Amino acid sequence: MIEKILRRLILVIVTIFVILILPFHSLVRWFKRKSRDNAPIVSDQSKKGFITRYIDDFWLGNSGRAQNNRVFVFFLLPSLGAFLLFVIYPFVHGLFLSLTNWTGLNTGNESFIGFENYRIIFSDVRFIFSFAQTILYSLMNILAINVVAFLLALLVTQKLRLENIYRAGFFMPNLIGGLVLGYIWQFVFNRALVSLGGVFANSWLASGSTALFGLIVVVTWQYAGYIMMIYIAAIQNIPLDLVEASKIDGATAIQRLKLITLPMIAQAFTVAMFLTLVTSFKQFDTVMSLTQGGPATTLPTWIGAFYGLADMPVVQSTNLIAINIYQEAFSRYQMGVGQAKAIVFFGFLLVVSLLQVYYNKRREIEL
Amino acid sequence: MSTSPIKKKRSFRRLFLELFGIGLLLLFFFPFLIVIINSAKSATEIISTPLSFPTDWSNLLRNITEILGRNNIDYFSSFFNSIFITSVSLITIGVFSAMAAWVLVRTKTKYSMFIFLFFLAGMVIPFQVVMLPLVRLLETLRSLTGIQFKDTYHGVILAYIGFGAPLSVFLFHGFIKSIPLDIEEAAIIDGCTKPQVFFKIVLPVLKPVFVTLLVLNGMWIWNDYLLPVLVIGLGGSVKTLPLSVANLAGFYDKEWGLILTSVLMAALPVLILFLFAQKHIIKGMTSGAIK
Repeated sequence: MIEKILRRLILVIVTIFVILILPFHSLVRWFKRKSRDNAPIVSDQSKKGFITRYIDDFWLGNSGRAQNNRVFVFFLLPSLGAFLLFVIYPFVHGLFLSLTNWTGLNTGNESFIGFENYRIIFSDVRFIFSFAQTILYSLMNILAINVVAFLLALLVTQKLRLENIYRAGFFMPNLIGGLVLGYIWQFVFNRALVSLGGVFANSWLASGSTALFGLIVVVTWQYAGYIMMIYIAAIQNIPLDLVEASKIDGATAIQRLKLITLPMIAQAFTVAMFLTLVTSFKQFDTVMSLTQGGPATTLPTWIGAFYGLADMPVVQSTNLIAINIYQEAFSRYQMGVGQAKAIVFFGFLLVVSLLQVYYNKRREIEL
Repeated sequence: MSTSPIKKKRSFRRLFLELFGIGLLLLFFFPFLIVIINSAKSATEIISTPLSFPTDWSNLLRNITEILGRNNIDYFSSFFNSIFITSVSLITIGVFSAMAAWVLVRTKTKYSMFIFLFFLAGMVIPFQVVMLPLVRLLETLRSLTGIQFKDTYHGVILAYIGFGAPLSVFLFHGFIKSIPLDIEEAAIIDGCTKPQVFFKIVLPVLKPVFVTLLVLNGMWIWNDYLLPVLVIGLGGSVKTLPLSVANLAGFYDKEWGLILTSVLMAALPVLILFLFAQKHIIKGMTSGAIK
């Protein structure tokens, strides 16, 4: 036990040292030394070659320009370095790896196979189904979250007595991670609600036709409180005199909602749409712990018909695209195929979110 | 007396809304309630009566001590890991991103504009696209340098610095632009070097953005599952809380008493923190989103 704690302690100290102290220490020392020998610049410039002078001028010397350059590089280095190393490099490398027959074994022996992986994924009905299911799920989810969040925001801004408690309460599910929530709701659907009977008599998560709705309920419960906060901020920014004037003019509550509230919160709507869109598409943790991508269902006939299949294969009903990529890579070890799927996913998400923002921005101006 | 019918109508409406709100609140709390009451039940009791209140609340204590004893969840150590990884990541993301954003704002060259746009481009990259090559990169780094990156604190934290940089740099960039240059110039005239200007003058001014980022990044890192599962692994030695819960749930399939207790123990610290820092958390989450 003591040995374990000691080992942990050493690990902690080393980490703090490497990440925090070392960079700062060397930074501070570097600058201290440079400012200490701020002594008169000895003019042996003429003796130096062109390159040395250039380095001195731009980098090592005491001139203002060299100092600025040093600060620029040193200050940028930690976060730009980590960003380049852990985000940009894997991204670019991934573009290449999606064109190879890379498997889980990182031997470096994979060979270039052109667009074969992309051909594989587009002829795989399971992937197409998972893609279609993700789009369907995202559409319903965006609608459900935004409607619930907006109604909650309207309720909470009615100057009720327990306003703050409602706000905090609706927001609370959002504090807990998707993975943990998934387990909570798995129990709620499979045990608690089943014993209630009625529409819940058969667990929603057990049938391929209802599992997606179960997932939407969970994510709406989790996310609506957060989106509600965005709407509340927007509603509270509506100038009061506008509301007062409309009241004096005799506008009904519904007219006020339609003609004042909705146009005035158009910007918040763009933000909320964007956030819900991106989270819906990337949904992973919650699905992982709620359904693991299951339960099984048969492929919808329209996809099967498109591929000319006579009998429909069995597919996983909540196998959303993020889950599909993960399983392709870590259950089947088809890393190259998984990476190709990820890149298709990225391209699609990029186009959809840009279109969404563009369209909503244009509408914002019109309103 | 003439205003009373309207007043009455309004107070009735208000009462109705108030009751409606309370009803909704109860509905929202229903899953939490289920977790709490079922954490205090024995396995047979959960299966027979999942909705009723427990007969014996001391079961809760028994379940908790059981969890603390199990070494496949290792609650204390994963709690510590979560706290350590989250706090070091938060501080480093904050300071490093602020440094980067500051020089990007204050150096007006085409390079700084280009680098800033580069950071922004990073925001649209979903983690799924990067995750497979990232795992491979960590292995390559180990064989190149001999330093283990998988299943270590620094591996996870460095990855978080990289993935947290775009949003943080963006938020700091927007805020620093609004800070008047005069203060910094005055400090330089008073004899500050440029790093001193940043650490002594600029960084304290950035506090509001810092708080926003603490909340946004904190919620993300504390609850994150996908990055830790790839970098640390379910069986790793520096498991975070979500990993431990997943590990336990995978190990004791359908042993709901234990799973729900571990869920409760994983969720409780954040909920308690929320009760104390409610205002900051809500403000941080929303102002971060709107920008």
